[in-house]
Amino acid sequence: MRDAALPRGPGTAIAWLVGTVLLLMPAFAGDFVLFQIFGWTFILGMIALSLMFLAGYGGMVSLVQMTVAGCAAYMVAIFGNSAITQISLGWPWWIVIPLAIAIATLFGTLAGALAVRTQGIYTIMITLAIASAFFYFTRQNYVVFNGFSGFNGVLPPPLFGVDWRTPVPFYYLTLFWAAVSYFLVLYVSRSPFGLALQGIRDNPRRMEALGFNVTMHRIAAYAFASAIAAVAGVLLVWLNAQVSPGTAGIGPVIDILIIAVVGGISRPIGPFIGAIIYVLLRTFALDFLVSLGLAGERFQLLIGAGFLAIVFWSPDGVLGLWERTRARIAARDRTRRTAVLHQAIRGNPGGRA
Amino acid sequence: MREPVAHRLSATGTANALELRGVSRYFGALAALQDVTMTVRAGERRAVLGSNGAGKTTLFNCVSGDYPPTAGTIRMFGEDVTGFPPHERIRRGLRRTYQISLLFGGLSVIDNIYLACRGVARARYSMLRPRRGDGLLATAHELAHAVHLEQVQETRVSELSHGQQRQLEIALALAGAPRFILFDEPAAGLSPTERRELVIILRNLPEHIGYIVIEHDMDVALQVSDSVTLMHNGRIFREGKPSEIESDPMVQEIYLGKGPSSD
Repeated sequence: MRDAALPRGPGTAIAWLVGTVLLLMPAFAGDFVLFQIFGWTFILGMIALSLMFLAGYGGMVSLVQMTVAGCAAYMVAIFGNSAITQISLGWPWWIVIPLAIAIATLFGTLAGALAVRTQGIYTIMITLAIASAFFYFTRQNYVVFNGFSGFNGVLPPPLFGVDWRTPVPFYYLTLFWAAVSYFLVLYVSRSPFGLALQGIRDNPRRMEALGFNVTMHRIAAYAFASAIAAVAGVLLVWLNAQVSPGTAGIGPVIDILIIAVVGGISRPIGPFIGAIIYVLLRTFALDFLVSLGLAGERFQLLIGAGFLAIVFWSPDGVLGLWERTRARIAARDRTRRTAVLHQAIRGNPGGRA
Repeated sequence: MREPVAHRLSATGTANALELRGVSRYFGALAALQDVTMTVRAGERRAVLGSNGAGKTTLFNCVSGDYPPTAGTIRMFGEDVTGFPPHERIRRGLRRTYQISLLFGGLSVIDNIYLACRGVARARYSMLRPRRGDGLLATAHELAHAVHLEQVQETRVSELSHGQQRQLEIALALAGAPRFILFDEPAAGLSPTERRELVIILRNLPEHIGYIVIEHDMDVALQVSDSVTLMHNGRIFREGKPSEIESDPMVQEIYLGKGPSSD
């Protein structure tokens, strides 16, 4: 079985370069870039990665992954500390974090159990319905979820004497978990579990006929993906220091789909590419539009136009563009080599032509 | 009192591989299979013949569980599997191939076979990659060799030729410890050479493995079977030895598309 984890050719060099730059980033990047750009990129990338795992390997487009992250965020606020002291239980972090991740994963798994019996557009509709239900429920429930305003003052525990919400520690915290999720997905994609999931994507009926329980396998995929989204949700509540119904509103839910599709869902790096494009657009489109004399609040228009352009020219997102460019370069090299060879043969009448 | 006896028989391995009692399958008002009763002994090799629409593939779909029967019972090695989902039947030793190759086009040949081995083994949900010395992986390589695909192990299945895909179909059915296999037109679209190879592969299967083969090519069908079932319009029409069936005038008639007279 070949090892697909290590990209070959120019990919390897690029991977090392990107890794080095990411590790050394705090040496030359300012606080705003570390916290607002990369903090967001890694977290949204992880949530989009959980969608990529389901959609790319399992053929299941789930819109519930942002909601799973939102659920984990809420659980951290409810069981841990927040400014809403009459609801937050103030339990220690080493109970709160595992509990939040477990509950959110369970939530995602149950959503998956409802969704896996449907296919295509119906999976999207069911997961969207669950996401909407969560949004409206958190907005209307004041006893547990504190309704419209949600929770503020949710801060990471000062572990090892570090304030994890300062830019450099938070950068490394999110980078670490994004890297763990990325390599985990890459590794699992070649494990029996991941291979079987891709088999189910290609041909569920045949997988049944090979002895696999397709329904259970799909639900297990939701559980795995939801665990990643849940970890991202914990980081998200620390990034914002707050969580409210809007955190997992319909807008953010759709944004995750856009991020994954723009980046490309065929490989786990796609969602992170999509996330950085999205975050950069969201952050700078406003200034860009204002400088053109347009209304700044129309930045969503730019994101939408970019989304349309990418889907139109490259159905597999930025990843697809990259792969096609590489194939074209390889083809050009081949033609050039052949031309050189022909010339050598012609220019050497003594040789065997 | 039949249950305990059947269980004892299945434990000692002397039960029939397959017992169908009054199996019917309707698609709406269309009776694709009507009141089929047949018994196949363990290790028996049976050919099922019949014109298009005779219900041969529907018979396979009922036995494998792809489409459960509308009525009747199916026993496998003495155990009533009528209500079982496909994967439960496969785990009990049943295998099948498909008339139109159902493979995993995005995966390599060896990954396809590895999945088939994994499907009937433990740790289907394992998140650990197989190591170099992995037993199942070694089995997968052996199977690739057995169906003459060792040269293209790393090739994506969507890039294989039709004949190679048919061979892969068979490899998937041989994974694990099959006890009984349903071959759905394994020779469809194969060249004469590939057909001869197929006959060799089928005849070289271990003796304890029984199978039913649906085959339009009479030459292939009669060479690889020791009994023949003739189907027509969703019913079993005749059963016998290959020699008896070959000399039966009715066979020619069905194959010419006229069908048996109604009496």
